[in-house]
Amino acid sequence: MTIQSPLVAAAEVRFYDLDEHDHAEGHSTMLGFWIYLMSDCLIFAILFACYAVLGGNLAAGPGPKDLFDLPLVALNTAMLLFSSITYGFAMLAMRQDRLRQTQAWLAVTGLFGAAFLAIELYEFQHLIHLGATPQRSAFLSAFFTLVGTHGLHVTFGTIWLVTLMVQLGRNGLIQANRRRLMCLSLFWHFLDVIWIGVFTFVYLMGMLR
Amino acid sequence: MSADPTPIPISPIFGRLSLESFPLHEPIIVATFAAVVIGGLAVLGLITRYRLWGWLWRDWFTSVDHKKIGIMYMVLGLIMFLRGFADAIMMRIQQAMAFGGSEGYLNSHHYDQIFTAHGVIMIFFVAMPFVTGLMNYIVPLQIGARDVSFPFLNNFSFWMTTAGAVLVMMSLFVGEFAQTGWLAYPPLSGIAYSPATGVDYYIWALQIAGVGTTLSGINLIATILKMRAPGMGMMKMPVFTWTSLCTNVLIVASFPVLTAVLTLLSLDRYVGTNFFTNDFGGSPMMYVNLIWIWGHPEVYILILPLFGVFSEVTSTFSGKKLFGYTSMVYATIVITILSYLVWLHHFFTMGSGPSVNSFFGITTMVISIPTGAKLFNWLFTMYRGRIRFELPMMWTVAFMLTFVVGGMTGVLLAVPPADFVLHNSLFLIAHFHNVIIGGVLFGLFAAINFWWPKAFGFKLDVFWGKISFWCWVVGFWLAFMPLYVLGLMGVTRRMRVFDDPSLQIWFIIAGIGAAVIAVGIGAMLVQFAVSIWKRDQLRDTTGDPWGGRTLEWSTSSPPPEYNFAFTPVIHSLDAWHDMKSRGAERPTQGFRPIHMPKNTGTGVILSAFATIMGFALIWYIWWLAALSFAGILTVAIGHTFNYRRDFHIPAATVETTEGARTRLLATGT
Repeated sequence: MTIQSPLVAAAEVRFYDLDEHDHAEGHSTMLGFWIYLMSDCLIFAILFACYAVLGGNLAAGPGPKDLFDLPLVALNTAMLLFSSITYGFAMLAMRQDRLRQTQAWLAVTGLFGAAFLAIELYEFQHLIHLGATPQRSAFLSAFFTLVGTHGLHVTFGTIWLVTLMVQLGRNGLIQANRRRLMCLSLFWHFLDVIWIGVFTFVYLMGMLR
Repeated sequence: MSADPTPIPISPIFGRLSLESFPLHEPIIVATFAAVVIGGLAVLGLITRYRLWGWLWRDWFTSVDHKKIGIMYMVLGLIMFLRGFADAIMMRIQQAMAFGGSEGYLNSHHYDQIFTAHGVIMIFFVAMPFVTGLMNYIVPLQIGARDVSFPFLNNFSFWMTTAGAVLVMMSLFVGEFAQTGWLAYPPLSGIAYSPATGVDYYIWALQIAGVGTTLSGINLIATILKMRAPGMGMMKMPVFTWTSLCTNVLIVASFPVLTAVLTLLSLDRYVGTNFFTNDFGGSPMMYVNLIWIWGHPEVYILILPLFGVFSEVTSTFSGKKLFGYTSMVYATIVITILSYLVWLHHFFTMGSGPSVNSFFGITTMVISIPTGAKLFNWLFTMYRGRIRFELPMMWTVAFMLTFVVGGMTGVLLAVPPADFVLHNSLFLIAHFHNVIIGGVLFGLFAAINFWWPKAFGFKLDVFWGKISFWCWVVGFWLAFMPLYVLGLMGVTRRMRVFDDPSLQIWFIIAGIGAAVIAVGIGAMLVQFAVSIWKRDQLRDTTGDPWGGRTLEWSTSSPPPEYNFAFTPVIHSLDAWHDMKSRGAERPTQGFRPIHMPKNTGTGVILSAFATIMGFALIWYIWWLAALSFAGILTVAIGHTFNYRRDFHIPAATVETTEGARTRLLATGT
């Protein structure tokens, strides 16, 4: 090493950080959670791919046109989209340090989520009643699995939401809780995006094919 | 689907589990079981006798220290390796015997489980824990961090991997393992053709371990991206950290595919859906495609970190900086991307037609370009270097010679017309063992010999290390070259008995090779034991026994729990070499309290529940599955109510620890 870097020329090269401060708590949580969401997105990608490949295999059973009730699905979609908006309001309230308001909007979000799940369960129950069970054909296997996996995510999201409301009640809008609200926010909107994919590719295009 | 002719009775309490589930009629398994019970009791007795339970629980099982978790991963990998090798040697003996009307000593029911278990264990519970453990231990040290981004998740990931391993081991004595081959292709793995518990053990072991692997991948990506010491830009990261980053990207981008496809297979088996069935519109080839979309990146998950190891070892033991650092990084990234574009070469014979096969054949061959670039980089690093043939370097040279052959047979298999002849033959078996043993295992042995002194403060014994080395290398060539020959002659994989007596000699040679490898493994265990025995003679007080170049060598061996009393500031690649050559002074005063994460038992508890849930699902014990799932939810939610997860190591403690090191360094030189 004959060429000296400008740092050496400055005589005082620091090789150790002598004046160090603690890492901010949860400094990589958002990044980590984002990466997790991408991995979850891949699970949905596989389920979408299965639906794309197997969706036409009706095995002489009922197809999308025989089964899907678009007004009901539209109502369901509205529930989920509204829940995303109200979650956004909860985040705005959090920004303004309004604990009660945050909790109230979270409660509304939870109710919309529950309504979505109730409608979905009703739809499933109706289909099964018609004999369109997941066992009937590869199309129905793929349909129930894709939509059901999304529903399962919403269920866990709702459980998480209730947990967070309790934690907000106990500890208020502390830094850790704010971070958790941000993570759930990502999760909740992510499920919304997935649902838009489901609504488009499964329901709308299903009626066309 | 046609139902099983004799449906297994399902009791509401015990599910499918009954006295007949225990394979008491198989003398080999009963003898193994007796040995395991006696050995296990002896170990438990010794732990109790020396009152080590409290120590194990507090200092190891509940530890969130990335170094301890790394070591636990390595121990898990080693234990499972012995099991996986036992399977291997049983297959070699069977195939060497079963000629001229002889049935060998294994019935087909048992033999089929052995070859499945061998593959599953070696990939998921040997190679994966070894690689994850290595990355866990080394990466934070190399980037000058004190721990990973999510220390609790790290502990949880390890225990989930262990839970999967426990389920696989359980299948040996309770019920049976899958008899489907290591990727469990349907329709064979469907409920119609595999009605018993084997495939269910397979599914749940992999699903539970897969949770751990995915989370650990996310954790290490976040760690590498967010926790590098000040000054360490991406292009100043050590090569091992780079290859680890790419590996973890591959993990996060491929394990969800495995999770999804195994979920679909379990839905087919448990619920009766028709994803991969032969009727009602199902498509078994969908499974084969999906599992290889995970499976091909998986082999790069295994090899990439070891490419990093070879880079570190070559440059350290040649006393030079790595030749072509930048090209090495880009080669790694190119391999990462290409590994997603080749999956179809595992089933050219599916009949996708010449255009599709050509595309995947070409992408496969293209991978050999960045890999070749890496090899030349290593050779040029050695060129005109002052090479020291210590054990890590010996393994590296053995790797280069062996891996090149495996790579070339790989390119050969990438040619679709050739693959139509060689598909599913022993030629393929020889090829992937050539790259996995010659690449992954040799790399791990290089890594173990290289970083052992860092982890424990003393070097490994050279004499036994060399015996192990020569036995492994010679044994490998003896065991697998005959399989190339047999494969070219058309012998297919997974055969239990043979008719043509002219083939026997090759199987006998392969069997001898496996025996030589067994001596190599024994010598390695002796090497560990002898080194621990003679640790005072092999002691390294400097923390830098090899003249290392990266940051892990700047701290003591073994490193203190906080890794670095002061976070290093990085000015160039090979940061520690730079610090040494510019006379960086290690600070000896002005210590501050260090912020660290607290230990927690939650990971152990969650994984215990996961093991019980897996077992209950395998045996259709629905109430227990529901109960343990409720347990998982309760504990996981309960854990989030604990907000106090960190503490400070007082400055006085740091001062004491560092003061001891200062004195040691003064006497050492």
